[in-house]
Amino acid sequence: MTTPLLEMRNISINFGGIKAVDDVSVHVMPGEVVGLLGHNGAGKSTLIKILAGAYQKDEGEIFVDGKQVEINNPRDARAHNIETIYQTLALSDNLDAASNLFLGRELVNRWGLVDDTKMESESRKIMARLNPNFQRFSEPVRSLSGGQRQSVAIARAVYFNARILIMDEPTAALGVHETAMVADLIKELKTQGLGIFLISHDTREMMDLCDRVSVMKNGALIGTERVEDVTEDDILSMIIMGKNPKQAA
Amino acid sequence: MANGLGKLIKTLQIDTRLLGMIGAFVAISLVFHIATGGTFLTPRNLFTLTLQTASVAVMATGMVFVIVTRNIDLSIGSLLGIVGMMMGILQVQILPELVGFGSPSIWIITVLFGIIVGAFIGGFQGWLIGYLAIPSFIVTLGGLLIWRGGAWWVSKGTTISPLDPSFVMLGGPTGTIGATASWGLAIIGSLLTIYFLMTARRNHLSHGFAVKPVWAEYALGAILVGGICGITAIMNAYLVPSRILERRFAADGLEMPEGYTEAYGFPISVLIMLAVAIVMTIIAKKTRFGRYVFAMGGNPEAAELSGLNTRFLTVKVFALMGALTAIAGVIASARLGSAGSSLGELDELRVIAAAVIGGTALAGGVGTIYGAILGAFIMQALVSGMGMVGVDAPLQNMIVGGVLILAVWVDIIYRRKTGDS
Repeated sequence: MTTPLLEMRNISINFGGIKAVDDVSVHVMPGEVVGLLGHNGAGKSTLIKILAGAYQKDEGEIFVDGKQVEINNPRDARAHNIETIYQTLALSDNLDAASNLFLGRELVNRWGLVDDTKMESESRKIMARLNPNFQRFSEPVRSLSGGQRQSVAIARAVYFNARILIMDEPTAALGVHETAMVADLIKELKTQGLGIFLISHDTREMMDLCDRVSVMKNGALIGTERVEDVTEDDILSMIIMGKNPKQAA
Repeated sequence: MANGLGKLIKTLQIDTRLLGMIGAFVAISLVFHIATGGTFLTPRNLFTLTLQTASVAVMATGMVFVIVTRNIDLSIGSLLGIVGMMMGILQVQILPELVGFGSPSIWIITVLFGIIVGAFIGGFQGWLIGYLAIPSFIVTLGGLLIWRGGAWWVSKGTTISPLDPSFVMLGGPTGTIGATASWGLAIIGSLLTIYFLMTARRNHLSHGFAVKPVWAEYALGAILVGGICGITAIMNAYLVPSRILERRFAADGLEMPEGYTEAYGFPISVLIMLAVAIVMTIIAKKTRFGRYVFAMGGNPEAAELSGLNTRFLTVKVFALMGALTAIAGVIASARLGSAGSSLGELDELRVIAAAVIGGTALAGGVGTIYGAILGAFIMQALVSGMGMVGVDAPLQNMIVGGVLILAVWVDIIYRRKTGDS
């Protein structure tokens, strides 16, 4: 077996005595999409926030390319080419697309001043690839539609050569057409060798997009299965019953 | 007609809010000009008005950053008081013995000392807010009481006066640069303006972005250069009274030539204010720090998730506010020629009002430096205009309070209409 692109081993985190994530291990291979499923409060978002550096784990280890790494804040995660697209989109509504895309990693000119023209130019290039219809570069992102905002968030993750991409409900706020666009993008990124963690409530969508799915309940991992080995009903029963029917059988 | 004007403004890419504020300033000035029988819009009064506004305007630029990051600073009036008092004691009681009375290093050391103390106190308050998560309203309300009390305690209630003559130049009508130097600065300012307009256009073209039509660039350049020269002309139109000139010639043992006149030109305090305005605008628009201030104000959580250190950012914003308060303290105490323990009282409210009238949203994320400075001028025009007309002080306060509420209401309607909530 080749080395996983990323591995989280025996991760636990407590919030005031409650184990929000309890001894969970997941991994992703290059060019693989791993889905995380579970009810609200199952611990999916908490788990990926540990990976993104927003929370600090209490126990467990994280490996990138087989090497152990410490992720204590979002900057550490970015340094390991781990990029995150949050459910809440995490955009500053008052800034324009380019400022959001480069937030925390602005391009500067030779005097160390922010180079807005260069950033807009780069934004236009990446947007031409992701969402060719996007033209509103100089307006605050608050005036953009859900799909346009989502493309800004995705562009931000993709632009900086992400190797591991975390997508927390990337299609929750989107219409049918835009959802299809995101699905196409995930497939494209997969062929480029990225490892993707995808969180969604839509089991059908997960069956289509993912190679493997991990189901969580009450902070614990119920099981991880290849999608071709299970039915949608199997997954639903894992989510609801908290038991892996394949292991029981 | 109205449509054509709207199109013109759009082509020139002028902020309509800026136009509205200039309009408000002009309207207030005209009303007072008529009410005072023609004494408001005179070079002398406009000169005095800018002198009176400089201190509040300098602080208002820092308050923009504070409010944009969803904080407030109520302590600045008291901070100005204690820093002004410490600078007064340093230059009058300590430095003359160390470096010799009349040494030009006195004002330099005093100003540097003040800025460091201001930045340190501001930064400490920022640390309490950012790292200990105490609300800024509470920290700076405490600061308001603590630093005012400190100013009394340091001075034992006395007023330090007179201040060092070279220091006094930084604040008042005695420290002006004269007509020739003022025109020199105006020419340099105009050339730089044209240079920046040209480089911006070239930069946009080189990336293939849309640019304004050439005539619009010329028009914008003409408006800006016209504004710079107009303000310079006003400052140079105010002549030094002949009595003062005669006395100066007499002091040198000379006779004043017949028909000799001399203009004040730009006061140093106003040049300090302009320099602060330019530097703060560059910080806000063109530095990472400025970008992060606005990002944090727009969405603190997103800023954090993008890897910004929002706690340290808060410390820096309040330290900057403290440093600017010290600069304002230099201007305010130098203008009066003395440092009293009540120096800067109620300034926090004037500064917050200036920033808010200038379009800084208390919800955070939105605000401009030029807006805050114009807001300070509108406030000061209102106050001194009412004083000239002879409105009683209590009624003045009531009117200023009403205007503040009205301005914010107009702003809310404006935002709703233009959709940039």
